[in-house]
Amino acid sequence: MNLVTPGIGLLFWMTLTFLILLFVLGKFAWKPILQSLKAREEKISNSLALAKSTQEEMKKLKADNEALLKEAREERDQIIRSAQKMKEVIVSEARQKAQTEADKIIESARENIQNEKMAAIIDLKNQMAELSIEVAEKVIRRELADLPSQKKYLDEELKSLNFN
Amino acid sequence: MTKPASGKISNIVLSILGVIFLIFSTFQAKADDHQNAHAEESFNPGEMIFDHVLDAHDWHILTIGHKHISVPLPIIIVDRLDSKIHIFSSSKLAHGHSHLGYKLGTEGDLKGKIIRESNSSTDGILDFSITKTVFAIFFSAILMIILFLSIAKSYRTREDKAPKGMQSALEPIILFVRDDIAKAAIGSKKYMKYMPFLLTIFFFIVINNLLGLIPIFPGGSNVNGNIGVTMILAVFTFIITSVSASKSYWTHMINMPGVPWWLKFPLPLMPIVEIMGMFTKPFVLMVRLFANILAGHIVILGFMSMIFIFGTINMYLGYGVSIISVAFSVFLFLLEILVAFIQAYVFTLLSALYFGMALEEHH
Repeated sequence: MNLVTPGIGLLFWMTLTFLILLFVLGKFAWKPILQSLKAREEKISNSLALAKSTQEEMKKLKADNEALLKEAREERDQIIRSAQKMKEVIVSEARQKAQTEADKIIESARENIQNEKMAAIIDLKNQMAELSIEVAEKVIRRELADLPSQKKYLDEELKSLNFN
Repeated sequence: MTKPASGKISNIVLSILGVIFLIFSTFQAKADDHQNAHAEESFNPGEMIFDHVLDAHDWHILTIGHKHISVPLPIIIVDRLDSKIHIFSSSKLAHGHSHLGYKLGTEGDLKGKIIRESNSSTDGILDFSITKTVFAIFFSAILMIILFLSIAKSYRTREDKAPKGMQSALEPIILFVRDDIAKAAIGSKKYMKYMPFLLTIFFFIVINNLLGLIPIFPGGSNVNGNIGVTMILAVFTFIITSVSASKSYWTHMINMPGVPWWLKFPLPLMPIVEIMGMFTKPFVLMVRLFANILAGHIVILGFMSMIFIFGTINMYLGYGVSIISVAFSVFLFLLEILVAFIQAYVFTLLSALYFGMALEEHH
């Protein structure tokens, strides 16, 4: 066995073994290993990109939210302000309306009262007239019932009467 | 290891001890010189080292006294003279025995090779034996298949979860091969096609280098320090480069644009250089890996041999040297772990660069 002259057996077995090794490892080891390494790297870089984009999105969302919040706050203030104004308007309007209504009611009441009063006065006048007539009648009737005295009264009256 | 200060102190203590041992043993050596007259079993470091780094038909583990303990491996011989295939255990050829007319050569170029008993030649013998290196290749291939199929399974079952255990240990290496070797050298468009090959050679080289550093069976085999193994790896790189080469790669090789006519005629210098380069690239890949791993094994074994070289001079000298030898070996082992990864990286990166060059479209 020499140092620099390899035997044919060694060359044959080495070639065979190496080919088998290349085939077996290439097919069943290197291929899946390299594939999963690549897949893992892609996954990591994708995840990193996703994280970055998510972060940016979050930032944007946050800014959006803030803007929205600000807008909402402004809108709220405006609504409150306008509501307040409206309230004032409504209240003053209502007050005015109530005032006029009240005035109207009072006026009509006064008129009514006046009318009633006038009616009552007229009624009273009428009743008084009737009553005085009735009293007068009664008095007259009584007076007339006492004929001698009447006659006497008339005589006296006639006596005093001078036919001039 | 946890506290650098204590590590430094223990280093100093170790070196002082080593020096004391050395001095002590040299004195002892002089004193015992006459007693050591009867030579012990001679130790041949070159033989020991080459027995280790070369391929063998059995897997020698250790020797106790005269008893060799080794794992017998199957011998497969295709004999072209009688057109038969013989399969038997290598233990039948141990200790110079012969079987079916074959035996193991012992001398010179034929050492360790299967030869005919009749004429001591290898004529007509095609040796397809499962040798030590082949066995180690099988072992590492099975180990890789088990390891990476289980990892692939955990990628499937633990989808969208963090990697765990072996998966998390090897994922950075797989990603390194993908991002820093394949994508960098080939380009992010076409690299995926070459990933299986690049990952396979990277882990094949790393795992065999590391297994080669484990001193005991089934580790310790010098797989990538065997030129046959690196040759096949380089040939695969060469074939893939040539097959996937673009049109402009070939036109640049045969007829480089912008070359003046006097360089083309009478001698087409550039094509010659380019075609030579096409073959030198994989050749250099082959030699680089082979020489680096072989050298690592040889140097570590060299340091180990020093113990026994000095030990044959004098036993105590051997003990003394052992401290330094072990310290250096530990250092070299750590260096070799680094080299195991560096060489795998270099081989894979250069292969990827060649693929990238072949795919390149010049404008």
